[in-house]
Order: sequence, then C-alpha cells, then structure tokens
Amino acid sequence: MGTGNILFLLLLFSAITWFSRNARQLKKNIGLGKDLDRSDRPAERWMTMIRVALGQSKMVSRPVPALLHIFVYVGFVLINIEVLEMLIDGAIGTHRIFSFMGGFYTFLLGFFEILAFLVTFGCVVFLIRRNVLRLKRFISKDLDGWPRSDANIILCSEIILMTALFLMNASEQVLKDQGIGPYRTAFPGGLPVSSLLAPLLSSFSPDQLILIERSCWWLHIIGIFGFLNYLPYSKHLHIVLAFPTTWFSNLNPKGAFSNLASVTNEVKAILDPSFSPPAPADPSAPLRFGAKDVNDLSWKQLLDAYSCTECGRCTSSCPANQTGKLLSPRKIMMDTRDRLEEVGRNRIENKGTYKDDGKNLFSSITAEELWACTSCNACVQECPVNIDPLSIIIDMRRFLVMEQSAAPQGLNLMFTNVENNGAPWQFSPSDRLNWASE
Amino acid sequence: MSETIKVKTMAEYASSGENPDILFWVGCAGSFDERAKKISRAIVKILNHVGLKFAVLGTEESCSGDPAKRAGNEFLFQMQALNNITVMNGYQVKKIVTGCPHCFNTLKNEYPSLGGNYEVIHHTQLIQQLIDSGKLSVTGGAFAGKKITFHDPCYLGRGNDVYEAPREVIKKLDADLSEMKRSRAKGFCCGAGGAQMFKDAEKGNKEVNIERTEEALALEPAVIATGCPFCMTMMTDGVKHFNKEQQTKVLDVAELAAQNFNLT
Repeated sequence: MGTGNILFLLLLFSAITWFSRNARQLKKNIGLGKDLDRSDRPAERWMTMIRVALGQSKMVSRPVPALLHIFVYVGFVLINIEVLEMLIDGAIGTHRIFSFMGGFYTFLLGFFEILAFLVTFGCVVFLIRRNVLRLKRFISKDLDGWPRSDANIILCSEIILMTALFLMNASEQVLKDQGIGPYRTAFPGGLPVSSLLAPLLSSFSPDQLILIERSCWWLHIIGIFGFLNYLPYSKHLHIVLAFPTTWFSNLNPKGAFSNLASVTNEVKAILDPSFSPPAPADPSAPLRFGAKDVNDLSWKQLLDAYSCTECGRCTSSCPANQTGKLLSPRKIMMDTRDRLEEVGRNRIENKGTYKDDGKNLFSSITAEELWACTSCNACVQECPVNIDPLSIIIDMRRFLVMEQSAAPQGLNLMFTNVENNGAPWQFSPSDRLNWASE
Repeated sequence: MSETIKVKTMAEYASSGENPDILFWVGCAGSFDERAKKISRAIVKILNHVGLKFAVLGTEESCSGDPAKRAGNEFLFQMQALNNITVMNGYQVKKIVTGCPHCFNTLKNEYPSLGGNYEVIHHTQLIQQLIDSGKLSVTGGAFAGKKITFHDPCYLGRGNDVYEAPREVIKKLDADLSEMKRSRAKGFCCGAGGAQMFKDAEKGNKEVNIERTEEALALEPAVIATGCPFCMTMMTDGVKHFNKEQQTKVLDVAELAAQNFNLT
C-alpha cells in the first residue's frame, strides 16, 4: 500500500466522519419540531416521491430551467458510477479497475463525458442567469450576502469538478497514444469531449501529463469529498432532502388547514361544561397556540426549511410579493432554517439544553410579512419539492392572534362580528335570509 | 328585483317531516353582500328550475369560520365550526352545495375531523352535473361567441383542484373561453383570501386585485367569470378602477348559467 492509498483512505475516513457528524446534528435539529404523523398512505407517498423528487414533475412548469436542471441532476447521479470506480482505485491502488469491461467501458466513459459536458453547460447558463441576466428572483434582497455566494460557489465547484474530469481523461488519452505505463491499456478507443482537448496537451512531456492526470484525479475526488461536506452548510442539501421532503408531503387538499387539537379541547369544554379533555401526552410541555419559535413548528416544517434550495419560484408567484409587499415565502423558509441552526448551535454551546437568547422566529420574520399573505397556496403549488411555507405563516399568525391578541384592527373587528353576528360584517343574524325576498 | 323566490328552510322541511336532497349553504357574502346576493338568487333559480329538493339554514346558518381560521383565530373558527356542525347534524344533513369556495373548502376539508361529515360540492360543480345529466338543457345562447375569461378562485382551484367544472359550464354556453396566462394551478389570487378582505392591504406598489384585473382586461373579454363572492368584489372593483364597466362585466358562473337559460 503506497502513501497515496493511505492519504486517500484518511481523506475518505475524515470526509465520512465529518459528514455523519453534521448529518446527526441536522437530524437532531429537525427533531426539535413537534410531532406530526405523516406515515399514512405509504403507496401514495412513494409515488409522490418518485414523481416529484425523482421525476422532477413540478420543475417542468418553467421549461428552460427544468431542462438545464435535468442535465445537472442526471449528470450528478450517473457520474457517481465513475466516482465509485475512483473510490475503489483510490482505496486499493488500482488504475481504472472497471476497464476490464473493454469497449463497454469506453462507451460508459464517453457517455459520462457527454453528461459532464451537459452539467458544465447547465452550470454556465445558471451562472449567467444569476449574474448576467440577473433574473428577478435571483437578485432579490432575500439572497443578499451568503445565499448569493452559496449559489455561485456551488455552480463554480461543479464546473471545476467537471473540468478536472475532462482534463484527466484528455491527458490520459495523450499518454495512451504515446503508449506510456498503465495508461497504455486504460481504455480502448477515444472519448467524445476530452479527445477534443487532447491536442492542446500534446506538447507536454509524459511526466507533465502524468502530473496533470494525477492532479485532476485528486482534485476531482477531493472536490467530491469537499462537496459532500459543504452540503450541510448550504442550500444544496436539497439533493438529498428532496426525497424525504416529498415522501412526507402533505397529501390533503391544499386548502385544508390543520385543526389544532389543543383548541378543540378548550372549545368543547366551553360549549359543553360536562366535557373533560383528555390528558395531554406530555404534561410538562408548555401549551402554546401557534408558533413563536422553531420548536413550535412540526418536524416536517423544519425539514422543509433544510430542503429549500432558495430557487424563489414561490416568491415569484406570490401575489403579495409581486405587488411589492414585504412578504417572500422563500425568506420565510430561509429565516426558519437560520433560526433553527442558531437554536442548534445554542444547544451545543450549552451542553444540550437551549439557553434563552431572547430571540425567536419573530426576530427575523415581521408581522407585516405574515399579514400580507392571501393564503392563496401559489407558493405551495410552485415549490418543486412540495415545501409548504403557508403552514408556517398560518402557525405564526396563530401565535400573534391567540397568544398576543396582535391582529390588525380590521381583523379584530371581523372577529367581533363573527362572534356576535355570525358574519364577518355587522349585520343582524335575523336578516340572513332577506336576500330571498328582496 | 322585488319578487320573492322560493326558498325553504331546513326548519320548514323538518316541521313537515321531510328531508331535502341537498342543503344550499349560502355563506355570509351570499346572504349580506349586495352583489353576492344576486349570485345566491341565481343559484336558487337554477335549483328551482331543475326541481331539486333543496333547503337553506336561513337564520340558523352562521359564518363557516373560514376568515377567522385564515387570520389565525383557531378558537373562533372551532367555535363556529362546532356550532354549525351541531345544527347540521341535528338536521341529519348529508349533502351540501355552497355558493362560496371558502365555505366549500372549510366544510369539506376542515369540518370532518370536528365531527361534521358531509358530501360537499361547490355550485359550479353542481351546475356542471345538472348540465351533464341533461336536467339543465342547453338553450338560449345569450353568451354564444362572447369572449369570457375565467378567474380561478384560490380555494376552488389550487385549494381543492377544481379547475374544470366552471370551465365546462362556460363552454356549454357556446362562449369563447379565453384563458389568462396565469390560470388554473398558476392562477393569480384576487387579493381577498386569507382574511385580506377584512383588513387594509400592507404597503406595496400595487393592489393585488388591480394586478389581476389588468391581466384579465388585457384579453378584452365581454365577461370576467368567477365562482367566488370575494373574487367578485375584487374583480368588480378592478374593472371600475380601469373604467371598463361598459365593456366588461364580472359575473359568477351561476349567473352566466341562469341568464343563458333565461331563468332571470
């Protein structure tokens, strides 16, 4: 076993350890959410996941980004077969262990190169859309600072990874043509993209070519390890979390909002004095109506926050946002995630318990944003991975109204009218049938 | 309008020992809003025309609780819901048609877990069923060839995936159904939902209903059709804003059907 293998195994071990550590923390943070049963109708859930996450059925409503995204997505998934080979080569010190497949191997490499080319093309166009064409949903102030850099870092990393793959193959083809070392028999035939690059490398000496080939190999595999560990700090988590997020989708009609069971008990007790509410599952948990902080939301809403890739389709279809109001459903998801991360860090720093830092969801999400929502479900409809920003907005409104009595004046008047007259306006209930005789 | 139209209440049916086939849930707008009352009357004319045995709750009907729930007042919503369920279960209600997508959504989706289990349909679905079954025969043609665009109410469309029923009715009128760019699942809200109807809009650069009406008026339709009394208010205000009342009428699908079949 050479130093190369030892170094590789160390890197692999560190990458996996670090990623598992972050993944556990992520799971712990999501676990801070309240219980919610989303285990019913498993067949329908599998179908939803296959259709929406694997099949990207909701992406197609915007065909151009959908096509580019398919390039990057298919490329990402299939090129992993080549990464598997690199992992084996790196671990046991072989060179292109799958090359025993001969002509089929060359075909696969060629196929991966075409995919890699499409990935590069997709990423370049995505960069142009963000930085040159400056599409409205990408220049909005939601993304100021880190989120905008995050997106560009991901796209540039993918381009670098793909370029390394091309350069590696190109230098190897030149070495192969020159009949040098193990490269002589690496794979029969030529490759579609890198063979176009090969002439550029023909003036290099074999040693230089080997250096390029090896550097690109290491760059690619270290890049992959780095990318894996970048995920938990990035919006790019969606490549993994899109699957559980869609599996646990809300399968009810979008218009149906949850009925708070805690409220039902109280209301039944008011209407029927003989009604005795069932004992709460966890008597020590404080009873709070609506959501003030992340632990008042359900685990699914927290999972949604981690799955959001900040594409902004929700915000670009939101009637409030499109008419200049402060509300942005994307920002609701981003703020929820940021606050959850903050609470997670707080718990680590305080040995597993949360120490009140005087902050909550309302530290970043204002009442003005929440009250601008028309509950039209456009954001839920548009989300390519079935994230539900509306449910968070409603849970926060519930806190404002039921815990703080902080509704806008018009709504307080409406509440009074419904209570007193059974209608949102001030009409007498006895006049309810007048329309039939007027 | 001054004629009294034939509407029996559940209480009247009960006192004669009878049960109607369907409860017409009128809703607050349909009961009290001047414009929406006309929609209620159109629905009743259709029901009477086909001879459907229906009843209303009359003074026993109360707000479904929708605006309270969307505004975050779950207490008030559940108070309303439980009281309404007590009344309806008392009359052994099985089937309901609503004149409003908000009541439709609430009764259909949010009452069952509180003990109110009914078959709930929206009036556009009922009208489509009546046409399909031949009970409402296609005659007249008041809207033949006229350009009509349909504005999807959020709680009918995205909220409950009812996109085709209102369109099928419009097509039966031989009208030229012309779609806005943002329609069906991509439909743009009128701005009234989520209890916005009852409060001032937040600061922005445009009113939602103006944005939507502008889109509809760009098609130069004879009629903007809808299926919701709140959309009706918002779109009517929008048309007034652009001074287009002469060219473009805002009508509910029930009114289109009633006028087409000469029921008014």
